[in-house]
Amino acid sequence: MKHIKTLSKKTLKNTMAKGGCGECQTSCQSACKTSCTVGNQSCENNK
Amino acid sequence: MIHAYKNNGYNIILDVNSGSVHVVDELTYEVIPLFEHKSREEVIEALKGRYDIADIKEVLDEVEELKEAGQLYAEDEYRQFVKNFKGRKTVVKAMCLHIAHDCNLACKYCFAEEGEYHGRRALMSLEVGKKALDFLIENSGNRVNLEVDFFGGEPLMNWDVVKELVMYGRSKEREYNKKFRFTLTTNGVLLNDDIMEFANKEMANVVLSLDGRKEVNDAMRPFRNGKGSYDLIVPKFVRFAKMRDELGLSYYVRGTFTRDNLDFSKDVIHYADLGFKHMSIEPVVGSEDEPYSIRQEDIPKIMEEYDALAKEYIKRKKEGRGFNFFHFMIDLEQGPCVAKRLSGCGSGTEYLAVTPWGDFYPCHQFVGDEKFLMGNVYEGIKRTDIQDEFKLCNVYAKPKCSECFARYYCSGGCSANAYKFHGDIKDAYDIGCDMQKKRIECAIMIKAALAEEE
Repeated sequence: MKHIKTLSKKTLKNTMAKGGCGECQTSCQSACKTSCTVGNQSCENNK
Repeated sequence: MIHAYKNNGYNIILDVNSGSVHVVDELTYEVIPLFEHKSREEVIEALKGRYDIADIKEVLDEVEELKEAGQLYAEDEYRQFVKNFKGRKTVVKAMCLHIAHDCNLACKYCFAEEGEYHGRRALMSLEVGKKALDFLIENSGNRVNLEVDFFGGEPLMNWDVVKELVMYGRSKEREYNKKFRFTLTTNGVLLNDDIMEFANKEMANVVLSLDGRKEVNDAMRPFRNGKGSYDLIVPKFVRFAKMRDELGLSYYVRGTFTRDNLDFSKDVIHYADLGFKHMSIEPVVGSEDEPYSIRQEDIPKIMEEYDALAKEYIKRKKEGRGFNFFHFMIDLEQGPCVAKRLSGCGSGTEYLAVTPWGDFYPCHQFVGDEKFLMGNVYEGIKRTDIQDEFKLCNVYAKPKCSECFARYYCSGGCSANAYKFHGDIKDAYDIGCDMQKKRIECAIMIKAALAEEE
């Protein structure tokens, strides 16, 4: 495309099919303990 | 829903409901928000005075192609899905063990009041700790990965119990088909070679508390006699982090910034200059009458700091001496599923905090507030009403989140902060939201900047 550079083609809708296994890290177990950040967690099934 | 913003010379379009991210030219940056509610003809009419009609049509063709692919103007189709997800039987999979309600530092902003959590000084007994792990195993259903954070106060003040509990947990893994991931959060005062060696064998993650530059750290993190802690802990943390880097093990140097160091980007850079590779600095959360608390008027300065930090972050990455800042990490391709993104942090349901005497609270931030006492390791969850309240708490239950682009990244934010400022876990801590949104914008911009190199 000439005008648009897409950084992420993944759509969240596609994660509905296999998502929700619950094996990934609880957000507060990483480093924050005061905010809630899930966008930077990784999916256990993609490791 | 579209979130369009400019940062560091990039025009960025986040298609909120699909999670797709696009970097676009000026014309496209104007077309995409317009085309959300207007027809092709109306968009051309609105822009033809300033842009060439052929160019506008070309952009519209590209935009329509992305719309077709589900990467622009995607609908929020997740409400019922998340409701079903949250409606599943509750399992507990993570615990924050308050190994010691005591501390050898007297940090001025401590939400735990120097480790005591509005209560008495106490150490968790081995018996209580074992009961907690038993409860976790019994109530974790078919989840394999179980997380246990040794927290405080300062957990190294009760280190023998930590070691025994790790061994106890390991001894149960095979029989119950579970895998424990242990985390240690420490201020470093009692850290020594034996502890580092044990942690490198058994702790999946360690969180090392340090506030950055010496003067900043020592002003907020003194010993009880007023002396600063920096000189004692930094050499140990540097060595510990280097070991874990070499072993490929996770760690975070983690600090808190306050109104007294709104130039906190310098503290993050200080971590990097000390040789740390993984770090986080969190805004202090305190009541408005505390002099160190962050106020609404501080927000513009904080936004500038995140921008400054993002630029330095990119610069160092490009120079091959990059570091990871927790809040700038974002995985646009392999990130969490939508269920994880929208269902909240899990406090009070799959995540519980356990006090030294075995009481359950929804998370470490609620410990000491009797209204949230849910049960204990001997009797299990007694207050299922509290559990149900947390279970229903997700982004769709939070009115402030419904129009916010950040909801897929913060999962509705911290319930404890919402409760602290508004008395309702379904509200949101507004200053925290402003900062969270900025961090997400910076994180995406960094991806755009680094993608240029590829």
